Amino acid sequence: MATSGARAATAAALRSSSQRDRVIHITFVSMMIMALTAALLGLASLIIFMIAEGGGRLEWGLLTEAPSTIDPGRAGFRTAILGTLYVIGGVIVLIIPLGVGAAVYLEEYANPARWWNRLIELNIQNLAGVPSIVFGILGLAFIVRGPIGIGFVAAAGSLTLALLVLPTVILAAREAIRAVPSSISDGSLALGATQWQTIRRQVLPAAFPGILTGIILAIARAIGEAAPLLLVGAVTFVTFNPKFLSDGYSTLPVMIYQYSNRPQDEFRVLAAAGVVVMLILVLLMNSFAVWLRDRFEQTW
Amino acid sequence: MAESVSRGSSAVAGRQRSLEASGHRYGEKLIKAFLAVCAGVSVIVTTGIVVSLVIPTISFFRDVSAVEFFTGTLWAPSFANASFGVLPIVVGTLLVLVISLVVAIPVGLASAVYLSEYAKPGVRRVVKPVLEVLAGIPTVAIGLFAFWFIRPLAETLLPFLPWQGPFSVGVAALGVGLLIVPIITSISDDAMRAVPSALRQGGYALGATKFEVATRVVFPAAISGIVAAIVLGGSRAVGETMVVLIAAGAGNPHLTFDPTKGVQTMTAFIAGRATGDIATGTIGYDTIFAVGSLLFVSTLVLNMISIRFVRRFREVYE
Repeated sequence: MATSGARAATAAALRSSSQRDRVIHITFVSMMIMALTAALLGLASLIIFMIAEGGGRLEWGLLTEAPSTIDPGRAGFRTAILGTLYVIGGVIVLIIPLGVGAAVYLEEYANPARWWNRLIELNIQNLAGVPSIVFGILGLAFIVRGPIGIGFVAAAGSLTLALLVLPTVILAAREAIRAVPSSISDGSLALGATQWQTIRRQVLPAAFPGILTGIILAIARAIGEAAPLLLVGAVTFVTFNPKFLSDGYSTLPVMIYQYSNRPQDEFRVLAAAGVVVMLILVLLMNSFAVWLRDRFEQTW
Repeated sequence: MAESVSRGSSAVAGRQRSLEASGHRYGEKLIKAFLAVCAGVSVIVTTGIVVSLVIPTISFFRDVSAVEFFTGTLWAPSFANASFGVLPIVVGTLLVLVISLVVAIPVGLASAVYLSEYAKPGVRRVVKPVLEVLAGIPTVAIGLFAFWFIRPLAETLLPFLPWQGPFSVGVAALGVGLLIVPIITSISDDAMRAVPSALRQGGYALGATKFEVATRVVFPAAISGIVAAIVLGGSRAVGETMVVLIAAGAGNPHLTFDPTKGVQTMTAFIAGRATGDIATGTIGYDTIFAVGSLLFVSTLVLNMISIRFVRRFREVYE
């Protein structure tokens, strides 16, 4: 009697999923898929909307014509694209040595027991989360005015953006360097190489794809940034080609913002077309970086 | 035979070298110093930010009482009869923070649970890069999308709300919510994947369903990583500028909790102010830095909380 009762109880406990469990499962899975779809739908509708608004305006003139507030039919983004090229060029020149150098120092040379090295790590972690506009304030106070005082020039924009994306580059480079197994560097040191020789000839070449991916992602982010540049002088509506160290420049996202502020409908279309150009550029760079990362991913 | 051996051994003896270092490696020390300077740049930047914010803020508080600043409800720094109560723009920022989190947390966490516990590897391989794409979209684009598309859509879907004018902080917050979903999803997903499968197996062995394992075993186990993700997303929402500048506008110096109105946030204020050319040293100029300090401190606190939580979830399982 007792055993049959026990057997019945065990059978009931180990029964296959009940109706209730199945309903819960289906409901839960559908809610999750709906949530995921909502996010993906948001992304898709953004892209489709921008293409619908600005796609008709796409033409080479967008890249070659100067901006104009009077004639939206012939206005273009030329000065903004040149400005972006100058600013991003400056950013690249700055972040490669500073970012890779800092990452190499932190991974290969720094003794984590020392307080100053821990301070550096803490600083980098904090800087990664500081809002972009605070970097604009820093640029305004120190680079445009203040001690460096070069004025509202493209170089100021480069410096500001470089400082903004530097933590990202350092983080990516550190991950890449950390992924190189210590047996590689140990072997090199055992053969008599100095620490720097080991880094230069073994570790860095091995970590190169990861570092490159990080740099490309940082550049893609810098291209899309507008807020800090608003504070550092990119706001002037330039109709002349900018120079690196002379007054007045603009970049693509800033000019899109300026066009979007104008009331006429043609400017809205123009701004949307600019967004499409910017999206194509940024998406291409991001996909290239991801492809690089996947293609050259090495398992040791 | 003996000759060749002795010749061999003398040849070896001739090639012997001391295993000591042949000299001081000054080049190595120089390189180490250069690299240390590169790393030290981060400290210089933080110091620069703090210094550039603190000095004008001190000058600001010499003219404006802290009490008026933190408790006043009228923010009109550029009017002739200026008023410096910062609460309206702080409330603006809070509105954006709360609404964007209300949108992004369910979407982000549900997606993360799905991706880490339920999705087939093929789905994961496609969806994760797409979310990275969403993370990489420039904020100007998201701001314009919110202003041109989401706002009319919201008016059509919810016509009974008191819409007024083209700006609306609720719509801006929806845009910011879309922006922070990838942050919440990817960090939560990492946290949940870090939970050892032994815990899941134990749950299944005790007869739990997949739903029970996901919600009662994995989710609580990953909770510190999930909290870190939410806090980081919130910090991003507080610091976001372009979306709120475009969609919530220069707004209203009046304190309001109404999401259909255009309300200025701290970030939009800074961006809007500093683009005009204001003379250094005036109180108008100093307001930028006072608000900037407030912004910097709030995001710093949020980020430190998040780092604390990340460290906790890393420790437990790695």
